Amino acid sequence: MALTTAPSSTPRATGPVRTPADQRGSGRIWQREGLAGYVFLSPWLIGLMAITAVPMLLSLYLSFTNYDILTPWSEIEWVGLANYERMFTSDASYWHAVQVTLSFALIAVPLKLAAALGVALLLNRAWRGVGLFRGLFYLPSLLGGSVALAIVWVSMFNRDGAFNSFLSLFGIEGKPWVNDPEWALETLMVLAIWQFGAPMVIFLAGLKQVPTELYEAASVDGAGKVRQFLSVTLPMLSPVIFFNLVLETINGFQGFTSAFVLSNGTGGPVDSTLMYTLNLYIKGFVDLEMGYASAMAWVFLLAIAVITIVLFSTGRFWVHYSDGEGR
Amino acid sequence: MVTQTEAVVTTPATASTPTRRPSGTGRHLGRLLILVAILAVVLYPLFWMIGTSVKSPEEIVNNIGLLPREFTPGNYPDGWSNFDVSFGRFFLNSAMVSLLTVLGNAVSCLLAAYAFARLKFRLRGFWFAIMIGTLLLPGHVLIVPQYILFRTFDMVGGPWPYLPLVVPQFLATEAFFVFLMVQFIRGIPRELDEAAKIDGASPFGIFRHVILPLSRPALVTTAIFSFIWTWNDFFRQLVYLSDLEDYTVPVALTLFIDSTSQSAVGPMFAMSVLSLLPVFLFFVAFQRMLVEGLNTSGLKG
Repeated sequence: MALTTAPSSTPRATGPVRTPADQRGSGRIWQREGLAGYVFLSPWLIGLMAITAVPMLLSLYLSFTNYDILTPWSEIEWVGLANYERMFTSDASYWHAVQVTLSFALIAVPLKLAAALGVALLLNRAWRGVGLFRGLFYLPSLLGGSVALAIVWVSMFNRDGAFNSFLSLFGIEGKPWVNDPEWALETLMVLAIWQFGAPMVIFLAGLKQVPTELYEAASVDGAGKVRQFLSVTLPMLSPVIFFNLVLETINGFQGFTSAFVLSNGTGGPVDSTLMYTLNLYIKGFVDLEMGYASAMAWVFLLAIAVITIVLFSTGRFWVHYSDGEGR
Repeated sequence: MVTQTEAVVTTPATASTPTRRPSGTGRHLGRLLILVAILAVVLYPLFWMIGTSVKSPEEIVNNIGLLPREFTPGNYPDGWSNFDVSFGRFFLNSAMVSLLTVLGNAVSCLLAAYAFARLKFRLRGFWFAIMIGTLLLPGHVLIVPQYILFRTFDMVGGPWPYLPLVVPQFLATEAFFVFLMVQFIRGIPRELDEAAKIDGASPFGIFRHVILPLSRPALVTTAIFSFIWTWNDFFRQLVYLSDLEDYTVPVALTLFIDSTSQSAVGPMFAMSVLSLLPVFLFFVAFQRMLVEGLNTSGLKG
């Protein structure tokens, strides 16, 4: 995300540009470009204030209150740090949700990226029909976090679902995976890994950027395929791996739909799929504890910020920018 | 099954260890076989979903084959009218929300992107940094206070319950699309602006006659992705829609989960297939563009 604009080196545009002929006082209007900027920016500014900034401040305030949706504004009670205290000390389900979310992200994200990179490497050759392969691998990602897909997934891993029938072909006794607290979250991880198409597409774009001379030089030096992968591909690809890692981690923390569908909105069985966002939804919109849910949301925001900062600071040690500009 | 393929997938493309001079076609064939095997695993759930949608209740339990022994298309009409409100209504609701979102995103994000990419005004850098900051802001963080605000202004469950779902889209709140368009507009030669300026065009004239016509590819990408993401979105629709007749398709689909009867599985699958159909059609029509066009993104993967 380098945000510098290089002066464009395109030759002068050919052909006239049609402009309205009735421009009056061109000089004056250009001095008012500052005004024009704000005119064009106004929808975004209004959105920033009304849809993002004000709600953020409001939820910060509410997180120190016992607000539920039914109390009138005049009767809101300030409870200080009680919500935060409850979260960190007495609310066992909260810590359980943190655990579930962390294990989901820590296991599913690396495996998803590994799958994406592996398939991208296999597809990184030009031959007839490779485009179709790319598209088909991308399809599950595009169907994305839809309810329909989650329904299919849960049915597949049910007691009499397709997965157990498949296991029985090999004489392995299946389980009701989605009803087993030991395994329910794992089925959701597999669903996340299955949707490796989006990072794969980005890996493919990154692989295109690796100069072939490097491979040639490496093979002249006697490096085998594995050595070339470790010494050329991985370092050259590290910025793209980093980019995918940040995005997929943030996405992984926000998993909601599949957990909602599997547990019918409860986070079950035995809270094993109680993802953070699902817990937030239950507290805010089922139990109507909006003050408490606001506190949860702020801790979530800070956690994501901390994780992003940690990723960026550790990234310095392994992300290699070939143009020498460390970001 | 899954674990096996992962073992295959995570070994990089060295599956066929080269001897001194491997034959090109042999290696290629090996790679192709691995890819086909992975693809079979990846596509199996989708085919299984389609197969199950035309199976009878008994076969759903007993027959693990993809194809039904007894073709049961009746699941589709049964699912369509399974609830007091027909799925036709749910599809219309989803289409309306998605199309309005597309319109809102296309218009408001392009206006903002033009300002960021081309116009000079005070605090531009500051606002731009804020915009980039909102890129990584999880939507779930704001859902509670947004809900409270919309409710305070009587927009939740009001005469037109979709306001909270589409108003933000008309205010360029999808930073990702703003960023995408800023990058795109920066690629448009500035000489075109200069030429128009010399011809006496105002910033509005330049937007209208230079930037807008040339931004079509970015607008199309934005339109397609906003449609698909909104069509698949569940969280916000779940929060804001409370009356059955206002439900969108994803919210309606969750009603099937409540009914645990075995007879509802076929209709549930039938409606799941239908709900994914628009996305699939987009995929068929724009496959190349979707795979090539979003290389800067990977959001919501």
